[in-house]
Amino acid sequence: MSVLVDKHSKVIVQGFTGNEGAFHSSQMIVYGTNIVGGVTPGKGGQTHLNRPVFNTVADAVKEVGADVSVIFVPPAFAADAIMEAADAGIKLIVCITEGIPTKDMIIVKEYLKDKNSRLIGPNCPGIITPGEAKIGIMPGFIHSPGCVGIISRSGTLTYEAVDQLTKAGLGQTTAIGIGGDPIIGTTIKEALELFMKDPKTKGIVMIGEIGGTMEAEAAHYYKANCTKPVVGFIAGATAPKGRTMGHAGAIIGGKDDTAEAKKQIMRECGIHVVDSPADIGRKMAELLNA
Amino acid sequence: MDLHEFQGKSILKKYGVSVPEGILAESPEQAVEAAKHLHAITGTKFWVVKAQIHAGGRGKGGGVKLAKNVREVEKFTDKIIGMNLITPQTPPEGKKVSKVLIQQDVFYPGPSDIREFYISVLLNRKTGRNMIMYSPIGGMDIEAVAEKTPDQIFTEEIDPRYGLQGFQARRVAFNLSLEGDAFKNMVKFVQSLYKAYLDSDATLFEINPVLKASDDKIFAVDAKVTIDNNALYRHPDIAQMRDLAEEDPIEVEASRYDLNYVKLNGNVGCMVNGAGLAMATMDMIKMSGGDPANFLDVGGTANAKRVEEGFRIILKDPNVKAILVNIFGGIVRCDRVAQGIIDAYNNIDNINVPIIVRLQGTNAEEAKILLDESGLEVRSAIALEDAARLVNEALSE
Repeated sequence: MSVLVDKHSKVIVQGFTGNEGAFHSSQMIVYGTNIVGGVTPGKGGQTHLNRPVFNTVADAVKEVGADVSVIFVPPAFAADAIMEAADAGIKLIVCITEGIPTKDMIIVKEYLKDKNSRLIGPNCPGIITPGEAKIGIMPGFIHSPGCVGIISRSGTLTYEAVDQLTKAGLGQTTAIGIGGDPIIGTTIKEALELFMKDPKTKGIVMIGEIGGTMEAEAAHYYKANCTKPVVGFIAGATAPKGRTMGHAGAIIGGKDDTAEAKKQIMRECGIHVVDSPADIGRKMAELLNA
Repeated sequence: MDLHEFQGKSILKKYGVSVPEGILAESPEQAVEAAKHLHAITGTKFWVVKAQIHAGGRGKGGGVKLAKNVREVEKFTDKIIGMNLITPQTPPEGKKVSKVLIQQDVFYPGPSDIREFYISVLLNRKTGRNMIMYSPIGGMDIEAVAEKTPDQIFTEEIDPRYGLQGFQARRVAFNLSLEGDAFKNMVKFVQSLYKAYLDSDATLFEINPVLKASDDKIFAVDAKVTIDNNALYRHPDIAQMRDLAEEDPIEVEASRYDLNYVKLNGNVGCMVNGAGLAMATMDMIKMSGGDPANFLDVGGTANAKRVEEGFRIILKDPNVKAILVNIFGGIVRCDRVAQGIIDAYNNIDNINVPIIVRLQGTNAEEAKILLDESGLEVRSAIALEDAARLVNEALSE
């Protein structure tokens, strides 16, 4: 078991023939992801990496039965690509692109409300179910199949947690990079719900950062509904107020979105918060082996 | 990207939001000319001299003065330009003022009461929609208002499919207890303000105070505007409003190299790939007894050239007593990064602070061997906690 993706996922790549898209597509194929084709408008009918290229997502759904799409389209066109995928009935849309204007994402968020699609990202490393499907840009080899679900707003910090869990012998069911933008498709709370329902997931790591109220929302949900242990970490305890720290969404606006405030709410709701990112794996091992 | 007050007001004016007439001045002479001109076109008897820096609370630091005659305009301008203005929102040493806005005084006497409100437009991250936040209590720090009298803060959320509706703009005016001409002017004000926000891809338009003048006109007396950096490509006119003098010189240089760098006040520099890991690294430096000197995300492709540029940027800060490099190699190979560090060390003369390098992920072991055998004054680690310990040791030497 896993959440959202597995070896049966039929994945297409939007922006298949571009530099980034082509490089990461070949990496995903090497990992064993079931990449069934790609979309580049105007290049339909061609073959790339031994897979068919389509002009539209709808064509890819019709011809090869795609149900997951991963997007490597440049920021100015990425919102359009997400909506095209949703319109074509793609169930899971993973948008890697960083730098999409917020105004475009407001429209996307609204557009998705009456569609049957889940969006992950944008500005994220993607999602991986170790040994089955790597859909994104994360280094595959650090992962191992196991029992911990990971939810994270950051890329390399996710790898850090993954690596610690692999070395602790716990492994991962699925790791979801939800993205560092102010508006994203799948929130921490929604990812938490998915892992709570997955029987194979025994524990969950939740990595947040300054800015926004997603962690608090997830913590309140956890307190009311959850049974599995959650280890939490919040990056940005030393970040100054009002400055954007790399991720467009990582900015302290008021007193509620500081690292300290988030950690406190999470602790009050029963989440095991660690202050150092080096302790994530150790803490999870302690909880699961207890 | 933050805009100056005068820049924000120029956008507002274009959209039909009434702002007090104002002219930018960079010297007392220009200020006097501006004051005379403002008198000629508006009949204003007083003028407000306002320091133009990217920070709020300027009045508290002496950066906003009411001048009751032209001599005072000259005097205040002379005093404000060149001063290091310290406000609750500036760095402790303040910000140097190089220009002032000379503005018509809109607190003139007349038939009705003058009132001050607060209105802003911003993104509600919880719902993923824009909202108008407003309060009948204006001219004060809105966070303090939210704390003391949360019932005095109202919001109006905008459905992106249909935009701001007339009844919503009217509700704002009703909740502010306006009537007659003031009511009509406020409805138009709110609609124009929202359009300005939306069209310029802003993430914040904060008007504090919004003034109901004694003749029932509504004015944006101040304007704090932030534009979405990711959308600047479609607003070349706004992009060129960027004022490099407002930014830290090291940050300006880093942005030329396309490095994501934020200057802080600590003693341990750091270079990391990825924003989340970079913040976590700063936090770890603090826990090991140091203080982070910067945030620096070298990005997903931490090649030798970027590593060298990163070192050069960090070393420009004289407070840096040690440097921690923390790279999690994924697609990037750690041994290549290690080679980059060795090259940078050799290319940059006189690096005389200890460098702690933590490389983890692809080819981490090979990288550690490369560094250990390089003969350089580099201390290498693979686990995060070892890196933290090495930082602590370096600081206590």
